[in-house]
Amino acid sequence: MVLAELVEIKERELAARKKALITCCLAAGCMSSDGKLVKEALDRAVKDAGLESEVEVRGVGCLRLCCEGPLVMIDPPGALYQKVTLADAESLVGTLKGGTTSVQRGDPASAFFAKQMSIVLANSGIVDPERIESYIARDGYFALRNVLRELSPAEVVSEITRSGLRGRGGAGYPTGLKWATVAKTESPKKFIICNADEGDPGAFMDRSVLESDPHRVIEGMIIAAYAVGADQGYIYVRAEYPLAIARLQVAIRQAKQHGILGSGIFESPFHFNIDIRIGAGAFVCGEETALMASVEGRRGQPRPRPPFPAESGLFGKPTLINNVETFANVPPIILNGAEWFAGIGTEKSKGTKVFALAGKVKNTGLIEVPMGIPLREIVEHMGGGAPSGARIKAVQTGGPSGGCIPADHLDTPVDYESLTKLGSIMGSGGMIVMDEKDNMVDVARFFMEFCMDESCGKCIPCRAGTVQMHNLLEKIIARKATARDLQKLEELCDLVKHTSLCGLGMTAPNPVLSTLRFFRQEYLDLLAVETQRKTSPPAAPPAPANPA
Amino acid sequence: MDRLKFATVWLGGCSGCHMSFMDLDEWLFDLAQVADVVFSPVVDTKEYPEGVDVCLVEGAVANEDNLEMILQVRRRTKVLVAFGDCAITGNVTAMRNPLGKPELVLERAYLDPSNLRPRIPQEAGIIPALLPRVLPIQEVVPMDHYLPGCPPPAARIKAFLQELIAGRTPQLNGCNISFG
Amino acid sequence: MAAKVFTIDGQQITATEGQTVLDAAQDAGIAIPTLCHLDGVMDVGACRLCLVEIAGLNKLVPACVTKVTDGMVVTTNSERLQRYRRMIVELLFTERNHICAVCVSNGHCELQSLAMTLGMDHVRYDYTFPKCAVDPTHRLFGIDHNRCVLCGRCVRVCWYIEGAGTKNFSGRGTQSRIVSDLNAPWGNSRTCTSCGKCVQACPTGALFSKGAAVAEMEKDRGKLEYIVTAREKKQWIV
Repeated sequence: MVLAELVEIKERELAARKKALITCCLAAGCMSSDGKLVKEALDRAVKDAGLESEVEVRGVGCLRLCCEGPLVMIDPPGALYQKVTLADAESLVGTLKGGTTSVQRGDPASAFFAKQMSIVLANSGIVDPERIESYIARDGYFALRNVLRELSPAEVVSEITRSGLRGRGGAGYPTGLKWATVAKTESPKKFIICNADEGDPGAFMDRSVLESDPHRVIEGMIIAAYAVGADQGYIYVRAEYPLAIARLQVAIRQAKQHGILGSGIFESPFHFNIDIRIGAGAFVCGEETALMASVEGRRGQPRPRPPFPAESGLFGKPTLINNVETFANVPPIILNGAEWFAGIGTEKSKGTKVFALAGKVKNTGLIEVPMGIPLREIVEHMGGGAPSGARIKAVQTGGPSGGCIPADHLDTPVDYESLTKLGSIMGSGGMIVMDEKDNMVDVARFFMEFCMDESCGKCIPCRAGTVQMHNLLEKIIARKATARDLQKLEELCDLVKHTSLCGLGMTAPNPVLSTLRFFRQEYLDLLAVETQRKTSPPAAPPAPANPA
Repeated sequence: MDRLKFATVWLGGCSGCHMSFMDLDEWLFDLAQVADVVFSPVVDTKEYPEGVDVCLVEGAVANEDNLEMILQVRRRTKVLVAFGDCAITGNVTAMRNPLGKPELVLERAYLDPSNLRPRIPQEAGIIPALLPRVLPIQEVVPMDHYLPGCPPPAARIKAFLQELIAGRTPQLNGCNISFG
Repeated sequence: MAAKVFTIDGQQITATEGQTVLDAAQDAGIAIPTLCHLDGVMDVGACRLCLVEIAGLNKLVPACVTKVTDGMVVTTNSERLQRYRRMIVELLFTERNHICAVCVSNGHCELQSLAMTLGMDHVRYDYTFPKCAVDPTHRLFGIDHNRCVLCGRCVRVCWYIEGAGTKNFSGRGTQSRIVSDLNAPWGNSRTCTSCGKCVQACPTGALFSKGAAVAEMEKDRGKLEYIVTAREKKQWIV
């Protein structure tokens, strides 16, 4: 593949455009409500109407308003149809010939769509994720070609550093710094890993990116490999994402066929390969050292750092691990320049962030917003507030490692530092909205149960501490706990936070700590009267904590 | 000087801790110089009296009688001492807990090993109902001191009581707090 | 190789290049509690008992895998560390059924003596009383999961000293169990060489020689260090 061929593919693809385009969301959300069948019905309806030469029906990635799926978009006139059924196909196609339809219309100009800013999701809902030509038509792989032909590896690293991009997996470590460290570590063999082991409850950003635009992630990985000097990459995807895996496999095969992966990429001396590794359902494997152990075929357990992966990672070699969304940001940064990217967002948090908006809001789905947007805009304007008109109480970000931000802090800008200041974290992008009917102790208990189940069992504070914290939370909810128990809970939070081996344990107490910080009264309201020493009996003996 | 009102209680345990207490032999006379044993398996009081100064509690809380007893004891005692491993950890008494609910425990005890007229004793008022699980004492009421050991050696009991009688807070450490 | 000079609990001591804080402290006669560490076997930093404070570092680090650097200032026994250690040992006691009174290792158990040295006279958290199996199928040895602390010493000894790779972990979190082969009864294992190193490595009575009654199971941990020293340094020192 040379530049001319790339341009040729793009032009051929653009020239093949038909007068009208019907796009059907074929990401997992809409697929789960018959999206695939809807697309087939539309195919048939177009054929029956004899419009094949004028109308293209295209399966695309996420159209974002997941709660209203299956979603279909018809352009022109740019109409969005929601909850489309098989029976609707005919009337939808009919609209192209001036007919009418009773299918529920969505408003693409509503706040949910209008306030979004698409960088990572720029192709999502537009390109056919199973056709590399569709990606190339949207300037796909042009960034890679530019990099290989015009930039030295050090210049690529510097571009990423200047863009201010930070890791989208949760902790927000500066991506450029990470790349530079791996690049500067001398080794004949280096690895790139794309962490797609997305596991936070309610989070599906990475899945959507992989299902909607897999080539973008692959392109980001190849650029990273060139920048740090790696020749082998792995995408570590959880087995629960079969569609993402299938599309990645197709994308990797297509990239190889086009000479974009493999040896002599773009006829340069640079060679790089990507293999997929499938996770077996352990949340802890999202932790980088556990992930590497799993890729190596060992038990997925974290190990102490240092040594850091950049120095001694996969198979003891320097390894760059980034999240799906981080890699997906790379091609546009290269194409548009670091300055462009650095111009978006806040001083310390650049670019956009993709969130999976879920919970008690009218509009749930996938959103991409510029960093620094106030939470209120996301929850109240884009999300449309709580569905029943109830008062919104808190927003949970960062999943089991994050915290709950109370409603009176809704004007907080969404950036790494502001969320950390409130005892939460940016996290990978799960955002769960809670209203006044939700009990915050119960929320904390839910996340603690998750951490308890997902603890790998290697270090004691996390393995046994989460069990005890969970028991205490159950006891509080059962109104059997006393002030003494609450104190024990807080002591355990302190222990687990400061003595656990890896991030899972260190952050496991966060949901408890943040709800205690902002909603302590809810805990106190559930406490039973303290056993009076030497005077009165306890209300009841404690229930068996572990009946099994 | 007021004489110390001293008691010992035997809940779900093997009475080995009490045996060890009896091993104090002639020191028991010294104890009797300063304390009245107002309630104990070795004295004939039927009701646990009010205003007890010090009580050693042997055994875990295994059944409803134990529970009723320990609640009363806590109410009526100034300084309560968890006496021996069963009281502190559940120990052998709590080995039934992994079996599950009381019915399963009774089956395991009375039906499984028996080949001659297996039956579970069920007449009311004879055997107190088992609690869902055996509880170490501090899971039921707050305790003031812990005297571990299975049983705690007589010397350990003596060292502990001497401090208490002298009005000091016993500070056990090192091998004096070993379990087992 | 240059020697490193550093401070530990206010005392200046030296360490060799690459030596861990734990190792250097032990050489200097400063005791740091450990459980998953075993002389002669590679360290994994799992039990968190050897966590120490290092001046200028805002997180605690495990002494067993932290290398000494010049001028490092280490605190091994602050009030906070003591509190954490006691809590960790309490948690260990809650998660399995450790009944010292009827254990083969009573009196020779590292968990028991840890509780003692850390001043644990009772456990403040509720015991979980899990149902755990005993695997007596091996001809010479047995494993009682009620007493297992999941330190992984048996696994590491089996893989890295004996090289048999019989022992491993299954499950996760509190459901983790030590297994033989792919969760076969130990007696059916095709890889076990019956060397017994795992039994000697085990800190508690979880792994034991058959025939040992209460308090009779004394372990010869020095044997493992002896083997490793002989193998790696060619020194046959008993």
